[in-house]
Amino acid sequence: MTTTTGGAVTTGGALPGGEYDVTVVGAGVVGTAIARELARLPLRIALVDASDDVGDGTSKANTAILHTGFDAVPGSLESRLVREGHRLLSAYAAESGIPVEPLGALLVAWDEEQLAALPGLAEKAVRNGYRAARIIAAEEVRAREPELGPGVLGALDVPGESLVCPWTTTLAYATQAVRAGVDLHLNCRVRKVVSGETHTLATTRGPLRTRHLVNAAGLYADEIDRLLGHADFAVTPRRGQLIVFDELARTLVRHILLPVPGALGKGVLVSPTVYGNVMLGPTAEDLDDKTDTGSTAEGLALLREKGRRILPALLEEEVTAVYAGLRAATGDDDYAIRAHPAQRYVTVGGIRSTGLTASMAIAAHVVELLADGGLPVTGAREPAPVRMPNLGEAFLRPYRDAELIAKDPEYGRIVCHCERVTRGEIRDALASTVPPGSPDGLRRRTRARAGRCQGFHCGAAVRALFEEARG
Amino acid sequence: MSRDRTVDVLVVGAGPAGLALAARLARAGAGHVEVLEREQDAGGVPRHCHHGGFGGPVHPWLTGPAYALRAVRAATAAGAKLRTGVSATGWAGPLTLETTSSAGLERITARAVVLATGARERPRSARLVPGSRPAGVLTTGELQQSVHLYGQHIGRRAVVVGAEPVARHAVRTLRRAGAEVVAVVTERARAAAVPGVPLLTATTVAELRGRGRLSGVAVRHEDGRCGVLACDTVVFTGDWIPDHELARRGGIALDPGTRGPCVDASFRTSVPGVFAVGNALHGVERAATAAAEGDAAAAAVLARLSGAPWPEPGPPLLVRAPLLWVAPNRLTDVGGRPLLLRSGEPLTAPVLTAAQDGLLLWRRRFPVRMSPSRSLRLPPGWTDRVDPSGGPVVLGIG
Repeated sequence: MTTTTGGAVTTGGALPGGEYDVTVVGAGVVGTAIARELARLPLRIALVDASDDVGDGTSKANTAILHTGFDAVPGSLESRLVREGHRLLSAYAAESGIPVEPLGALLVAWDEEQLAALPGLAEKAVRNGYRAARIIAAEEVRAREPELGPGVLGALDVPGESLVCPWTTTLAYATQAVRAGVDLHLNCRVRKVVSGETHTLATTRGPLRTRHLVNAAGLYADEIDRLLGHADFAVTPRRGQLIVFDELARTLVRHILLPVPGALGKGVLVSPTVYGNVMLGPTAEDLDDKTDTGSTAEGLALLREKGRRILPALLEEEVTAVYAGLRAATGDDDYAIRAHPAQRYVTVGGIRSTGLTASMAIAAHVVELLADGGLPVTGAREPAPVRMPNLGEAFLRPYRDAELIAKDPEYGRIVCHCERVTRGEIRDALASTVPPGSPDGLRRRTRARAGRCQGFHCGAAVRALFEEARG
Repeated sequence: MSRDRTVDVLVVGAGPAGLALAARLARAGAGHVEVLEREQDAGGVPRHCHHGGFGGPVHPWLTGPAYALRAVRAATAAGAKLRTGVSATGWAGPLTLETTSSAGLERITARAVVLATGARERPRSARLVPGSRPAGVLTTGELQQSVHLYGQHIGRRAVVVGAEPVARHAVRTLRRAGAEVVAVVTERARAAAVPGVPLLTATTVAELRGRGRLSGVAVRHEDGRCGVLACDTVVFTGDWIPDHELARRGGIALDPGTRGPCVDASFRTSVPGVFAVGNALHGVERAATAAAEGDAAAAAVLARLSGAPWPEPGPPLLVRAPLLWVAPNRLTDVGGRPLLLRSGEPLTAPVLTAAQDGLLLWRRRFPVRMSPSRSLRLPPGWTDRVDPSGGPVVLGIG
């Protein structure tokens, strides 16, 4: 296969024969970033995922913040990769149309203990190479966030924190990788690995042979590791439930409102999203079940209680969505990126919520580790740039773009009224390089059905368009 | 970039209320009356309500689609201009709306703007029902469109949540689509059963279960008994909320009870020149009631066009629990029109009171059963006792 024609996206049937140079297991934000980085090389690359879509695990239910890394553990791998990743992803987002909103964050102190923790956090930020954080007084916090509940004592101002779209980021990486020749195999769960001169992966879609292997399987990274004979770490799914409030709540909050981390973890944040609504969460619950992405009455009650203190008016607004994501906690304070050069194998484990920010830096790091295992890394060239459809409310959306509508009236036909998604956008997503595998995948590409009515008005119409495209 | 136009009256929403008003205004010679409808077809929610009971005394058993067709024809015949596939997306001025359609962007300025944007059912997420997020979770609106407009496949075993009349329509639509209705579940202590379907009263939906597709609904009775209803479809019915986005984006005051725009008895909002009618004003009323409101708003819209001043709004009208809302919510211009009053709980022979600044204005016993599904029509005679410069008027149970 030549790289100019692009790779294949397959969702069923037997996998192609022959041998891949590298196979990446897991098409989340980290796996797709690695595939994209590898796509620069003249190699035969596969990206496989158990799900029917990219970014369908931890990546889709992220808190969607482009972190500065100010609060990482100084000197850790995570600290370095988040700092580099922030720079890389910021530039990549600008080039490829991933919406980023530089709102800045405030870590609001609600009691004396939290207030006393701020100087330490400011100092930690400096040790992480971030120098713009400063402590501000209660009056300034209140002036900048007038809707905050009573009792604010001060805040750490972190102006560099931004909102980002996690869905578009994953999709941009995957799209660019596939266009540059990577084969993406979905609905393809790895059951067993037999290693010798090459690795043979026994998957739900038959065998796949590869010379080098990257494990970016997120919640399942420890299980893939065990198939290769490693037991370095165990992934504990940590559930985070989130409540998303309606776009009409967006005027209530101007910054990302981060909690001051305490003994009980990072706590609950209130943050606008690039889609124009407001998010409250997450909870932090250690579970056994890696598939338990359900919300609970207790979790929602806890979030509402916390949210009421932070931003009382928010609780009066309509709830648009409730969901839960699982973070891949390892019990360690750092990423678990482990190279096994003799096995031509790299594990990318324990990637927490900072993984979105760090993704491109993780990818570059992983390719270096693969090179240590003998992967030829000569002949690199930049893949053709991608331009993604804009889902960000702060930027020009098709329904407001007179020129675009004049060229193609389908961008003036609004199908999803709450989110103002046009028929043109839905058509484009269904015909894109990495098409959605389900109506939920279509939602992550267009926002269709993601709004306050959750399908009362447009659900049937959107489903009809999806089913028509599938034939 | 966008085209600027001017019309006399701009009505947003071609449902029963908007169409009735547009027909009346066009007939009365109000000039250029334009109705914007964001769907591809005009008629509003009745388009996908394939059951009888629509229409007035002359044609009481029209089906929804037949009713919608009549309303569309009447408005068009009267000379109103109906434009479908046009979305009002925001305001460019107090009486100027921004629109998007396949023809491009427009800014339409009107001498009077009428919001007739209707209502929708709160989905599962807004009701904070916990659990997984599988396919097969619908509102009645989505169900009816799926079945009646698109002929889509619905699941085999369904649970219906809610006890308002719309729950019965959901059951009928599900059966028509070939699904078995396993149960109707309601938090209310009493509700009318649908023949052939088990009714679980005083029961809440505790959790949705299933990956990919819904596999069951966990329920909890108020006495603590729990169970799981195996099903692949659940329909959340009722729990209506006005589609108030345009009103809010226009800075129009909302009523805390209805969550729709605050209006006086002539459907004037807090913004001079902007009216609101129909289910945009309150949870949900029958199409005939919405249309009657549209009809009744015509006089005040015509007065506005001929230069009548926008009156002071008068004291707000509020309700105390268990009452949920009252409409209108301002006491200017009440005239002979009844007020619509809704209770959150069933009440037998309630004694209603109205008080202002601690002073009892009115007290009366109503020898009826007030259902949470239906508004009580409150005669307006007592409202002339309200002090127009006084504080809020509060309706309660005596």
